[in-house]
Amino acid sequence: MSASAPDISAKPKRAFRLDLKTVGPLLALALLVLLGISLNENFLSYNNLTNVLARSSFIGIIAIGATFVITAGGLDLSVGSMAAVIAGVMIMVMNWLIPSLGIGWSVVIAGMLSGLLLGGVAGVFNGLMITRGRIEAFIVTLGTMGIFRSLVTFLANGGTLSLNFNVADVYRPVYYDGLLGVPYPIIVFALVAIGGEIAMRYTAFGRYCAAIGSNEQVARYSSINVDNVRLMTYILQGVLVGVAVLLYVPRLGSASSTTGVLWELEAIAGVIIGGTTLKGGYGRIWGTVVGVVILGLIGNILNLQSFISPYLNGAFQGVIIILAVLLQRGGRRT
Amino acid sequence: MTSAEGTPAPAILSANRISKSFGEIPVLFSVDFDIRPGEVHAVIGENGAGKSTLIKILSGIEQPTSGAIKYDGQTVVLPPNGAAEALGIVLIHQELNLAEDLTVSESIFLGREIKRFGFLDLREMRRRAQAVMEMLHVHVDPDARINTLSVADKQMVEIAKAISRDARVLIMDEPTAVLSVAETQTLFEQIRRLTARGVAVIFISHKLDEIMELADRVTVLRDGQLIATIGTEALTPDSIAQMMVGRELSNLYPPKHEPDVDAPVVLGVRNLVAAGVKTISFDLRKGEILGFAGLIGSGRTAVAEAVVGLVHRSEGEIALDGKPVNFTRVAQSVDAGLAYMTKDRKGKGLLLNMGLRPNLTLLTLKRHLRLGFLDGSSEERALERATRRFDIRARDASVAVGRLSGGNQQKLMLGKTMESEPDIIIMDEPTRGIDVGTKQQIYHIIAALAAEGKSIILISSEMQEVIGLSHRVVVMREGRLAGVLEGAEITEAEIMRYAAGIKQSGHDERISA
Repeated sequence: MSASAPDISAKPKRAFRLDLKTVGPLLALALLVLLGISLNENFLSYNNLTNVLARSSFIGIIAIGATFVITAGGLDLSVGSMAAVIAGVMIMVMNWLIPSLGIGWSVVIAGMLSGLLLGGVAGVFNGLMITRGRIEAFIVTLGTMGIFRSLVTFLANGGTLSLNFNVADVYRPVYYDGLLGVPYPIIVFALVAIGGEIAMRYTAFGRYCAAIGSNEQVARYSSINVDNVRLMTYILQGVLVGVAVLLYVPRLGSASSTTGVLWELEAIAGVIIGGTTLKGGYGRIWGTVVGVVILGLIGNILNLQSFISPYLNGAFQGVIIILAVLLQRGGRRT
Repeated sequence: MTSAEGTPAPAILSANRISKSFGEIPVLFSVDFDIRPGEVHAVIGENGAGKSTLIKILSGIEQPTSGAIKYDGQTVVLPPNGAAEALGIVLIHQELNLAEDLTVSESIFLGREIKRFGFLDLREMRRRAQAVMEMLHVHVDPDARINTLSVADKQMVEIAKAISRDARVLIMDEPTAVLSVAETQTLFEQIRRLTARGVAVIFISHKLDEIMELADRVTVLRDGQLIATIGTEALTPDSIAQMMVGRELSNLYPPKHEPDVDAPVVLGVRNLVAAGVKTISFDLRKGEILGFAGLIGSGRTAVAEAVVGLVHRSEGEIALDGKPVNFTRVAQSVDAGLAYMTKDRKGKGLLLNMGLRPNLTLLTLKRHLRLGFLDGSSEERALERATRRFDIRARDASVAVGRLSGGNQQKLMLGKTMESEPDIIIMDEPTRGIDVGTKQQIYHIIAALAAEGKSIILISSEMQEVIGLSHRVVVMREGRLAGVLEGAEITEAEIMRYAAGIKQSGHDERISA
């Protein structure tokens, strides 16, 4: 690029190596698709693919938030429990508002707004404890993970919170319907992914996240307001958990203490498989999308074949995560 | 003073015609050095004179390129990685090597724990730690955690650790740099107790008065050459300072263009107090290069960081163009046209895993926004401008900055700083660890900036650099202004006198001309 470059001869080799690292997750995805096709002719069917993608979209939307948090050198373990508590509160709010608003979209919209708001508030709490309280992100979110989980159990009184059947009927299309045959969850996932990719690559916020995760001191000396940017990542994460829950509630119409269990691990796994570095400094949203889809496909393929028990789903996901990190380390020399 | 004049004991450790090169670059030329039991032998020289290389060779951390080491009269090859400690040669680093969360007795026995039936014998280790402490007259609880101790006490723990492994040669790299006067005196008492027991101490310090007080002999290094090894009684601080310097300035430096006599004051600092700064006042005029000299840890960086708002300022006023300002965040000072370029380019200056472009524009990213989104072509233009102006050489712009040479990193950091178009630039060690050709380029850039009417504060530990570039020089010592030098007064010996505390500015409240 630079005019004074002393030699350019080594460039093609570099580009090739870089390429391999970049397309790693895509390659893995392609292999999985080929494997799926060879195992079962139904794999590529419209029903199967939309089913896999729609189910992946909850984790996917959360994982996009997690990509920002992790890129900025943070971590949020509370997202699964947060999703459960948001789902529970949304259901309670909607049930509670039926007498005053009646059954219809106004109740559903009020419920959605309460979900987004609660997500934002939870993010503010996590973010403030981490940035102003100077407590490690791991500790803070481990704590809130427990708090949120126990809150939802408490609200459900140890059982299940169910949405009023009539409201659930109104709400159902948000998960089950779609535009031009594409279910709404997939559309929302795609929109969030596109927005996230733009924010990561083409805004100062995205650049600042990478700078802070790469070296907080350098960021501070470069006049970046480190605390505010960090806080923003946790708020964004909370709001996106809210968005995911908006799509999740109409699927089952209920929430319990088992809602969203292990979502935080799946989200983080998706982020890492996609090529974002766990210690921060480098993140890519499209990679996260690919990573989440890979995780979804593994479960799907195991269900479509009969040689290996689908109960080994977690084991396969685990192997993929470790492989992804090994690959990352090989490609990232300093 | 324990070494006997009458019958000098045979040397315990000696280096004969030691040379050392790192790759192509020679750093030590045929140096002779020896130390006798019970003696304090000081090594002194400017930064880059080869002191640390010499002690690394003497402690086995580095192997000499040529020459021989003799220990007890036998030619030896010292084992690397601190294994020479087992032979009784212990190096105490300036940044102490203690695990902060261990207790004192755990630290003393780290790596050679006393065991009984395969389990740690905690009681015995505590007892022995206590015994060593008592022998040294140190009052530190063996169960105290290292991170609860003062720096001085930590140093005592290091010494206790060395004694407990029967150190015969103790090498101390600037042990007093972080100590107060009282703590220094305690340390000296310890050293005298050790030498009375026959331990040989190699002592590195920049502080000439301390060397006069403690050392029996002094070895002066300059540019990797042995200048002299002389008994302290034959020396004065002045003669040491003369030996340390004494080199002609070459045309490495561009000619100085003095700013106009009536050039306005652009930055005024009055009675500044902050962590590491006891109190300081100075003025910077338009078009001036104001050098900041002083020993490492004398508070120069602390002044800069307090002025731009990186660290909290507890007292004092700062004025830009006569108007009082109060920066609490760096962004404010950058907006006001005052930029600080850190000396720690790897830790605080550059994102080593990223390419040139994001590094160059990080400080001024907001200027590359169009409709709220980053404008890649605007950033690209900035990079082209900077590579041309500062001659930054990289294979391509996407190469990680950590893989550039130190000189190119420094020039990139200069470019990054100048992107904010500051009127006042504080440059902290702008040529640290870079080759002489790039140094010269940077010197010419600095001079050109001043000629354009920018005002520059140049903090540097390389005295020739300060002398070769500065119109005036502020010398700091222990967080205070020790003196301000102008014109012909700016000489290495004079700076050294102020920096080492031999000479004090006549009036405490002297500000500047």
